[in-house]
Amino acid sequence: MSNKVNDEKIYIFDKPRNVSRLLLGFYIICAGLFVADFVVHRHLLHPWEGFPGFYAIYGFIACVMLVVIAKEMRKVLMRKEDYYDVKEENYDMDE
Amino acid sequence: MIWTSSLPPFIPFFIAAFLVLVTRGYLRNVILLATPVLGGLHLWLDVQPFVPMVASDALITAKELSYQFTIFNYQLEFMRVDKLSLLFGYLFHIASLISIIYALHVRDRTQQVASLLYAGSALGAVFAGDLISLFIFWEGLALSSVFLIWARRTEQAIKTGTRYLIFQVMSGVLLLAGALMYYHQTGSTEFNFIGIESTAGWLILMAFGIKSAFPFLHTWLSEGYPEATPTGTVFLSAFTTKVAVYALARGYPGTDLLVYIGAAMTCFPIFYAVIENDLRRVLAYSMINQVGFMVCGIGIGTALALNGAVAHAFNDVIFKGLLFMSMGAVLYRVGNINGSDLGGLYKSMPKTAMLCIVGAASISAFPLFSGFVSKSMVMAAMLQEGHNYLWLMLLFASAGVFHHAGIKIPYFAFFHHDSGIRVKEAPTNMLIAMTISAVLCIFIGTQPQYLYALLPWKVEYWPYDMTHVLAQLQILFFSALAFVWLNKQGLYPPELRSVNIDVEWTYRKLLPATARASYNVSQAFNRAVTGAVQRGWQGFQSVFQASRLSQYHLASSWPTGSMVLWIGVILGGYLLMDVCF
Repeated sequence: MSNKVNDEKIYIFDKPRNVSRLLLGFYIICAGLFVADFVVHRHLLHPWEGFPGFYAIYGFIACVMLVVIAKEMRKVLMRKEDYYDVKEENYDMDE
Repeated sequence: MIWTSSLPPFIPFFIAAFLVLVTRGYLRNVILLATPVLGGLHLWLDVQPFVPMVASDALITAKELSYQFTIFNYQLEFMRVDKLSLLFGYLFHIASLISIIYALHVRDRTQQVASLLYAGSALGAVFAGDLISLFIFWEGLALSSVFLIWARRTEQAIKTGTRYLIFQVMSGVLLLAGALMYYHQTGSTEFNFIGIESTAGWLILMAFGIKSAFPFLHTWLSEGYPEATPTGTVFLSAFTTKVAVYALARGYPGTDLLVYIGAAMTCFPIFYAVIENDLRRVLAYSMINQVGFMVCGIGIGTALALNGAVAHAFNDVIFKGLLFMSMGAVLYRVGNINGSDLGGLYKSMPKTAMLCIVGAASISAFPLFSGFVSKSMVMAAMLQEGHNYLWLMLLFASAGVFHHAGIKIPYFAFFHHDSGIRVKEAPTNMLIAMTISAVLCIFIGTQPQYLYALLPWKVEYWPYDMTHVLAQLQILFFSALAFVWLNKQGLYPPELRSVNIDVEWTYRKLLPATARASYNVSQAFNRAVTGAVQRGWQGFQSVFQASRLSQYHLASSWPTGSMVLWIGVILGGYLLMDVCF
């Protein structure tokens, strides 16, 4: 159903400039959120939250860890797409 | 006449399923659409919880006494109405309406009938007042839903569907066994708090656990849902696990074990989701993760946590449905849903991309989107009850869910590098269904008071305060920052055409291999033993024939008479021994 065509139209993220603008805006927001911890008076439920930048640092580290561990898991878990198909052919043992 | 307030909501769906079977074309579509609309309006306008919820922790059950039946001395109650069952009743009507609109272009009687029976069974289950009628609808869910997988009609789908059905039926068998034991212990089959003090309680918990995809019992979901038809998965994602969450919330609130199981459920699937290539399978894993939050909430068991759990179930049906719909639309148009083969689809499916992003923002619990207002209740309750480390796990899972469902799904499907695929935008009916879901996500996210008013337990909670919003934005934006950084460093695992082995490996590979091996071993053993015995016997015979023993009279012919004589001698010996000693 899908058809690959060469359409000449330039879309918004085809221009590298738009991508870098988007990323720049994103970095500015991140920096602002980090600084906000020191400015805004917060009502804390838990002492760990009081550590400045707790959520920001935790979120960043959590995601990096997630990806690194998942990549390592790939070495153990990843199989070819037809992994289950091949053997399932001799699934039936009625010889 | 039919609009009595005690009409169990599953009946219109079952009648409609029959009507869909015998009608065609335009009329069939009208019946399909009218069923959830009229049923939902009826539930909203005519049915009130019998006793309003007043107590904070205790869930007061109100009964409407009509529609009771008796089967084998067990009383069946099909219409138990309280705020908990009503909430799920509303939810399932909304979900079935959205899913039916989404599937309106499908010309497949099997799927249409199955999906109505499936939605009806889900409604039957949440309004069931006793364990036996719960069991009936529990099996109804299993038997009707499997057709949505089989309807894909590929060999793989049929095999996967069969495995899915085995799990579902196992759950039903456990429920029935548990219910019967429960009846013999307590003399009642009423479905209220059960707890894990008795064996019956454990059996029923296992039954609920299979359907809510507890770790190691989850593979029917991660295997089955991605194998269903594009529209079938949308139905599947709405009902089975949410019925299980409802059942857990009623039978096991405050069961400590569930907090730990739930926390495990939030964490382990996200690793799989990161490396999985099939984007609908990514969503299936993230569904286990979301159900984990609900199970945690039920395990905590405070009013806030339980409200959070059921509110999150409500929201999850809508935003997870939206995500499955957007991926279903891609699958429908492109013909495959592998992250490795997609990319750049925002150019040809911009509306689907936008709607997918709304779903992604909701599941990631962005402020102003629906996930935020319900997940935060569970998180807050977790801290209140002093589960500090589990709270950290849930926080990790929250960051992770943004990573794989919030970013990975839209990014690899619609952005990333341009795969060169150019297709038409999704069909109008799909877009309408997705738009309804997206509007609901934003409406609930911005106006949570309407959802909160429907929640069964009474507790004051408001998610929007500066501290909380800031914390959530920080965790989300820095998770996104991690994604950007990992991508720029080239550390992000690329999407590869692959499968990852999970618990299903034990029964798809290990068990068959073990069976084959043990069959071969037993064959070899059999041959060896038979051979040894034969050789031994032959050896004995030849030795015996050569020896002088074979010359004796008894040995030469072995007549029956002499055998009887010797048996008589032996028995007589026994008798003597018996008398003497």
